Amino acid sequence: MKFTKLTALALSTAICAPAAFAADMADEMTIVSWGGAYSHSQQMAYHEPYMAKTGVKIINDESSNEAVAKLRAMNEAGNVTWDVVDVVAADAMRLCDEGLAMEIDPDTMLAPAPDGTSAADDFGELLVSECFIPQIVYSTTFGYRTDLVGDTPPTSVCDVFDLEGYPGKRALEKRPINNMEWALLCDGVPKAEVYDVLETPEGQERALAKLDTIKDSVIWWSAGADTPQLLADGEVVMGSTYNGRLFSVIEEQDQPVAMLWDAQVFDLDGWIIPAGLSEERKARALDYIMFATDTQRLADQAKYISYGPARKSSAPLVGKHEELGIEMAPHMPTDPENAKNTFLYNYEFWADYRDDIDAKFQAWLAK
Amino acid sequence: MADSASNDAFVEFERVQKSYDGETLVVKDLNLKMPKGEFLTMLGPSGSGKTTCLMMLAGFETATHGDIRLDGVSINNIPPHKRGIGMVFQNYALFPHMTIAENLSFPLEVRKMGKSEREAKIKRALDMVEMGDFGGRRPSQLSGGQQQRVALARALVFEPELVLMDEPLGALDKQLREKMQFEITHLAHSLGITTVYVTHDQTEALTMSDRVAVFDDGRIQQLAPPDQLYEAPINSFVAQFIGENNTLEGTVKEIKNGLALVQLDDGGLIDCSPVHESVKAGARTRVSIRPERVEYNKDRLQEGAHTLKAEVLEFIYMGDIFRTRLRVAGNDEFIIKTRNAPDQVRLKPGETIEIGWLPEDCRALDA
Amino acid sequence: MSDTTDTGPVLAADGTPLKRSLARALRRQKLRALMLIAPLLLFVLLTFILPIVDMLFRSVENQIVSETLPKTVVELRDWDASSGELPGEAVFAALAADMKVAVEEKTHTRLGSRLNYEKTGMSSLFRKSGRKVKRWDLVEDAPFKEKFIDIDKDWGDIEVWRTIQTYSPKLTNGYFLNSVDMQKGVDGAEARPENQQIYITLFGRTLFMSLMITGSCILLAYPVAWILANLPSRTANMLMILVLLPFWTSLLVRTSAWKVMLQQQGVINDVLVWLGLVADDSRLVMINNQFGTIVAMTHILLPFMILPMYSVMQTIAPTYLRAAKSLGATNWTAFWRVYFPQSVPGIGAGSILVFILAIGYYITPEIVGGTKGVFISNRIAYHISSSLNWGLAAALGTILLAVVLILYWAYDKIVGIDNVKLG
Repeated sequence: MKFTKLTALALSTAICAPAAFAADMADEMTIVSWGGAYSHSQQMAYHEPYMAKTGVKIINDESSNEAVAKLRAMNEAGNVTWDVVDVVAADAMRLCDEGLAMEIDPDTMLAPAPDGTSAADDFGELLVSECFIPQIVYSTTFGYRTDLVGDTPPTSVCDVFDLEGYPGKRALEKRPINNMEWALLCDGVPKAEVYDVLETPEGQERALAKLDTIKDSVIWWSAGADTPQLLADGEVVMGSTYNGRLFSVIEEQDQPVAMLWDAQVFDLDGWIIPAGLSEERKARALDYIMFATDTQRLADQAKYISYGPARKSSAPLVGKHEELGIEMAPHMPTDPENAKNTFLYNYEFWADYRDDIDAKFQAWLAK
Repeated sequence: MADSASNDAFVEFERVQKSYDGETLVVKDLNLKMPKGEFLTMLGPSGSGKTTCLMMLAGFETATHGDIRLDGVSINNIPPHKRGIGMVFQNYALFPHMTIAENLSFPLEVRKMGKSEREAKIKRALDMVEMGDFGGRRPSQLSGGQQQRVALARALVFEPELVLMDEPLGALDKQLREKMQFEITHLAHSLGITTVYVTHDQTEALTMSDRVAVFDDGRIQQLAPPDQLYEAPINSFVAQFIGENNTLEGTVKEIKNGLALVQLDDGGLIDCSPVHESVKAGARTRVSIRPERVEYNKDRLQEGAHTLKAEVLEFIYMGDIFRTRLRVAGNDEFIIKTRNAPDQVRLKPGETIEIGWLPEDCRALDA
Repeated sequence: MSDTTDTGPVLAADGTPLKRSLARALRRQKLRALMLIAPLLLFVLLTFILPIVDMLFRSVENQIVSETLPKTVVELRDWDASSGELPGEAVFAALAADMKVAVEEKTHTRLGSRLNYEKTGMSSLFRKSGRKVKRWDLVEDAPFKEKFIDIDKDWGDIEVWRTIQTYSPKLTNGYFLNSVDMQKGVDGAEARPENQQIYITLFGRTLFMSLMITGSCILLAYPVAWILANLPSRTANMLMILVLLPFWTSLLVRTSAWKVMLQQQGVINDVLVWLGLVADDSRLVMINNQFGTIVAMTHILLPFMILPMYSVMQTIAPTYLRAAKSLGATNWTAFWRVYFPQSVPGIGAGSILVFILAIGYYITPEIVGGTKGVFISNRIAYHISSSLNWGLAAALGTILLAVVLILYWAYDKIVGIDNVKLG
């Protein structure tokens, strides 16, 4: 008797649970992202199918570049209005440290690969923070003007530091990250030791000294759109930016620009769910994440933008560009041909050293 | 010829014309000679050209044609600051950021005068207008009358031989204005300065001036001493403009013994002095009679003089005089003024009387 | 009559003392006036005063250390950093207890980020330790000293403990010290290493550039305002639209337009090369430096200078100049001694507006400033949105506010604030 009662209860719970769960989810959500072509790719690959499937209304907000500050302010005000936020991994880590993002259990909250591989294994080491669900792998790399570099196009990142071989201005990002690593690499530090050297004040001085050799020829950028524009205008010979931006300058705008994949720095971009959401909104956000980060959806996004899907299982599914009709695989930073010499952004290192090195970098810049 | 003409004239306008837009003349053919020490008033309605004449004399406007001479020298091409003409402006134009003493010091400083000399002159000028104690004040701390005195002192402090005044009393109340009228004339005569005074107030013009130039339509209509102007206007504009005046319109029947017999439009006949050159037998004319020269006591009229029937419309008691409005020859605005004497008859509205005048008091002018 | 002869208080008609009934009548009036301004007062309070007070508070606020590690802070109070010895087991035990609570509440990483501003490595030290401490038992796993040092050798670093001790009070002047390129050293405040000094330079540069911008605005705006004020009002209104036109274009568009104009392959350089004034290989560098910032910001702020100048000049009657000339002054003397002094209030108002706007600008310097043209506000923005070091941002903002107030005060002393007119 007791047994049957319990079974009935368990059964009814099991049956009712999904229904009750669905009824308890918010029917409107705000998703924050970067805007432009990137948001467009998410709209096509994730939002549209999700809205078609569930009838939920998705509101887009293009505030990702100030997401950390805004989330902190919202949290302090006790009124978080965002449901899912697209951030780079370093920001996700910071949000996690600050307690502003919710911790994610990949095994229960993310979809496994079609072959049954768990999400944790499918994402692998890209799960760099407890709060972060990776979405794409992008890289910061160099593009150069094919018509301004003479007969020998640059092949190595160290050509950026070669003013004699490649005279003209270069565009670099106005922050120490990546620049310091490249400088050390080109100053003869082996790749494996770069962060060990950069930990020491002497190593930091060394990197800045190397950057000093080209300082007068550098235009420092702070927005991702700057370098493509500077390349298109012929203001710079070469410049660093996100690989997707270079893809659109080269393939979509047909400018005389080519990629220099050498020593490209991989970085991750993905989702976080803000901490402190109400139960309904949290349930909706998790449901969306489960949907939008499965194997097929991540592969779909690559139809619209040249960033690599963060799941191993998505890579074989990457197809052609939706409008240009060209194969996207060779344009992915993760393509073996492009990834001969790569670098993975060291999140732990920069979380610790960012404040210190940034102060030195800015002081050096202002000199 | 020009030289000898200039010798006795201190200020001379010769065939001066002025146009602002190249289409209409604001000043048409102005000829004027002023001897030294004269107080001349330019009187006229607004837009008659009087202020333009003053401004040309001061140098703020250039003559389109003709010659302006000061003490025999043509000043057409001399900039205002070198003309050495004192000027009092309508709103005084005291420099608000300077004290009274500084205001007076200004013309002396630009003449590179020494400090002690300046102070002596400032003191003398301020004493002259009884403002000796106000040197340290700012213009905004003074009343309108006081500002007026200071403006006068400033225009005189550098001892110019010619002073121009552009409606200087316009902003003062009646009582103060009358007091200042007297003071200004007194000062001008005692210092022997030549003064050109612009006003649209005929009382001011009559009480202050040696001669008055009545302006209308860009021309001087009459240039004469005040009594002549009042008693012997040479055209109907001057007659109308100066003092109160009754006009009647009619046709000249004949001219005999130096008198014009005028038939009014309702048939009545009157005797007038033919003044205007256009008054000839058969010509239209406008006759002018001063209200105080109209007589209705038959005993006082000349034997055989023509009279007109008049209906009393209104009787106004004004203390020293009576003012009676009549209907004469269809004119409802015919005014007569009579002295309040013990034997004076007080007319009653509705009464019909006969009025007449001496032929010399009735002036036949242009139609 | 009896009222005046009475020695007592003057009474109103109803017998109450006149003073009291007057006060009551006035109070009603004051209350009504207060009601009328209440919406604005409330608005200003909520959107202006409170945020500023909050900012002032954040620049010294430092409760996070004593709140996250309450026991450790107490235990650490008697430790002498200069002794050269690590704190004793009591401190480590307290740390273990505090960390356990903090991990539960997930506040240990937040503390790590906070202390990382002061000492590099604190962020990962706390993150890493948190994961381990979670599994400890406070009774059975004691003692903790060795265990902590096992997790990370940094726990054996006296500097780490000195940092925690230095920043344990609820209030700190650390942010302000940082704002003026100083830090809390062993013996109190000391200068930062030279390769980290930046804020004094940036404050100086911000003031210098803002003054330059104000100056060039004055030079450019004065003749324009003069012409506008002396034209017939219909023509002036037409031209005024041209002056205001920049207001109706987005700031980013205008700044980007300057980029197109001034860059080396830009319009101005192209024209100069075409005219042969500049060789193709030595094109002028006019952007991503101070020049570019001054040009772009002068353009953006010019209307704020022209408008007050124009409205003041409009009130200066042309007769003053005529009067001066009739008194014997040349054109220049008349302008300089009579017209110019009267237009000074307009210059004053415009300058204060432009200077204060310039000092807080950051979008334009960020886009066209390069490395030498950035302002202190760019660093404030960085600390607000990127490094999340809001305490430092608040301290920098407070100093900026103080500088503006001091300059305003100086202006009042030298020129006089009644000499500022908007028309």
